[in-house]
Amino acid sequence: MPILEVTNVTKEFGGLIANKDITLSVEKGSITAVIGPNGAGKTTFFNLVTGVYQPTSGEILVEGKSVVGLKPDEVAKRGISRTFQNIRLFGEMTVLENVLVGMHKHLKTGLLGIILNLPSTRNEELEAEKEAYRLLEYFDLAPLLNEKAKNLSYGAQRKLEIARALATKPKLILLDEPAAGMNPKETKELTDIIKQMGEEFDVSILLIEHDMKLVMEISEQIYVLDHGEKIAEGTPNEIRTNPKVIEAYLGSGAVQLGQRSEASANTTTE
Amino acid sequence: MKEKLTSFLQNKWSQVILFTLFVVITSLSLYLSQKSVVAFLLLLASLLVLYYMKLKNLTKWIVSAGILFILLPMASSGGPAFQSYMEVATMVGIYVAMALGLNIVVGLAGLLDLGFVAFFAVGAYSYAIFATPQASNFMPFGQYPLGGESFWIFLIIGGICAAIAGVLIGIPVLRVKGDYLAIVTLGFGEIIRIVFNNLDRPINFTNGAMGISSVTPPSIFGFNLVFPHHFYFVTLLILAFTIFAVLRFEHSKLGRSWKAVRENEIAAQAMGIPLVKTKLLAFALGATFSGMMGVVFAAKQAFIDPTSFTLLESFTILVMVVLGGMGSVPGVILGAALVTILNLQVLTELTNWVNQLNLSGMITIPDALSPAKMQKLLFGLLLVIFALYRPIGLIPAKNKKFDESKLKSSNSLSIDRENSVAIDKDNV
Repeated sequence: MPILEVTNVTKEFGGLIANKDITLSVEKGSITAVIGPNGAGKTTFFNLVTGVYQPTSGEILVEGKSVVGLKPDEVAKRGISRTFQNIRLFGEMTVLENVLVGMHKHLKTGLLGIILNLPSTRNEELEAEKEAYRLLEYFDLAPLLNEKAKNLSYGAQRKLEIARALATKPKLILLDEPAAGMNPKETKELTDIIKQMGEEFDVSILLIEHDMKLVMEISEQIYVLDHGEKIAEGTPNEIRTNPKVIEAYLGSGAVQLGQRSEASANTTTE
Repeated sequence: MKEKLTSFLQNKWSQVILFTLFVVITSLSLYLSQKSVVAFLLLLASLLVLYYMKLKNLTKWIVSAGILFILLPMASSGGPAFQSYMEVATMVGIYVAMALGLNIVVGLAGLLDLGFVAFFAVGAYSYAIFATPQASNFMPFGQYPLGGESFWIFLIIGGICAAIAGVLIGIPVLRVKGDYLAIVTLGFGEIIRIVFNNLDRPINFTNGAMGISSVTPPSIFGFNLVFPHHFYFVTLLILAFTIFAVLRFEHSKLGRSWKAVRENEIAAQAMGIPLVKTKLLAFALGATFSGMMGVVFAAKQAFIDPTSFTLLESFTILVMVVLGGMGSVPGVILGAALVTILNLQVLTELTNWVNQLNLSGMITIPDALSPAKMQKLLFGLLLVIFALYRPIGLIPAKNKKFDESKLKSSNSLSIDRENSVAIDKDNV
């Protein structure tokens, strides 16, 4: 059974159709990518899956159960976590605290436990801190644990957002342009992390990305959106040669060019 | 190395000696002089000095408890001004607890609440109504006024009533954010005051604008608490509990969820934090401390009426939080103490002085310009100055420092990763 199954989802904002009839599924343990030109409706789609928006019509199933109508925090409790295109860290909190917030829903202690500082609360807190620290180590952020999140470099902030999302112990993690604004070295590093993250944390990955090198290297399945509609799906190789995709990215003239030399399509980064 | 160590010790011990000297001199001068506001304030200021000393936290707590519970009442008991000192100290305690409550809402959860005094009023009225014959107007059973022993139960009931009021106000109010929230809470704060003002008809609950007088004094083991120095100790105990609880909240998962909501609502929600529940909890818990102090206030004054719970009070508490440092417990304590002392001691003393000058005919200052009436102007100025030049407050909020060595474990993930990366590269 796929971890995420989206059928015929449509989202309208007044007269604007941001997502139209989108059907998509993410297999357990896979890395799936959603690509498309700017304004194609990718982030809207993520917002629909995570409950920030409600679909106008259609069905979204997480492990076979519908999440339509749930609030974002309830969707998070179903095992979906995400990062944001425009980084949304808790700037005034420390790096470790940011990750600890991600663990919020797994901490069981109640009000009384907090006031009385019961041994169970203390243990739980220490365990959470250790686990958060391990996550930071995984992302090479451990030395920065007491630093305010807003003081981190851009690349480090992106990584911290992924660490925080993983702290919720999700079954599916949605990464919204994880490599945006990173330099090639950082992107390479991130590519490795994402590749291994799936197995390490037993999580399926759905990502939006403009860096085609990254997308082609790590995804098993790719969906292409344009003007709110799904125009193609398939493996990286199928997508690479799909005339519709090339047209969406480079215009119709590029299609003929692409048919002549397939290699040129490989470099369609924008 | 040895030199460094000894100089460090010297540093610490010289601090201790200087501090002791300071405390002894101020307490002695407070004890021996008939009325010395300066000595009284300096003795209180010793707590601030203590905060910055290089001592263990536990030591600091014990020393400050010793100063507040024993030294301050004893030192000020010398002169005829004893009760007025205790009165001021009690009011400081009440306002500190309220400011700490508001700090949860404004400082931690980032919800600007301009009607906070409403919860103080709810607490005060909950005790005042039942500790006077007022309650027999609508209660079908029971004998009213209740005895002074009920005060201790009402501390909890008052807190719970305020918490319920917090939730009831919060449910409609928390739908809006930012500036809108400030306006709506301001409205609700006024509504509660006006409701208390008009709740004398058709059934007389609150005795309206006349207020409720001769509230039964609290009693413990048959001993009635009537003097300000009695209430001083009661306030101090509740304050100790408040500080204790607030510090625990701040560094728990609850405090983190409040801060997360303050920093970024959308991200907080995506991390599984329920927005409404978290905000309501901040409202309710903040209100609880305020309500408890309301009960103490009603018992101490023995008379309450709606004019004690005006908008100006809400602003005063907000000024305390902003002045001290939003989200910072030591800051808010300092801010509340400063503002209360400014209000009750400095401005009153200045007014007395101006009055004396007036009487002696040296200069004539119109009554409208007396310092006691400058509160609004002063608070306004303070807010503007702090917003412009020091928005973080006097003692800014600090994040918890985690000890890296305690969090390290032998089987870290990063080592695994490095290995697997190496394997990957081999494969390539």
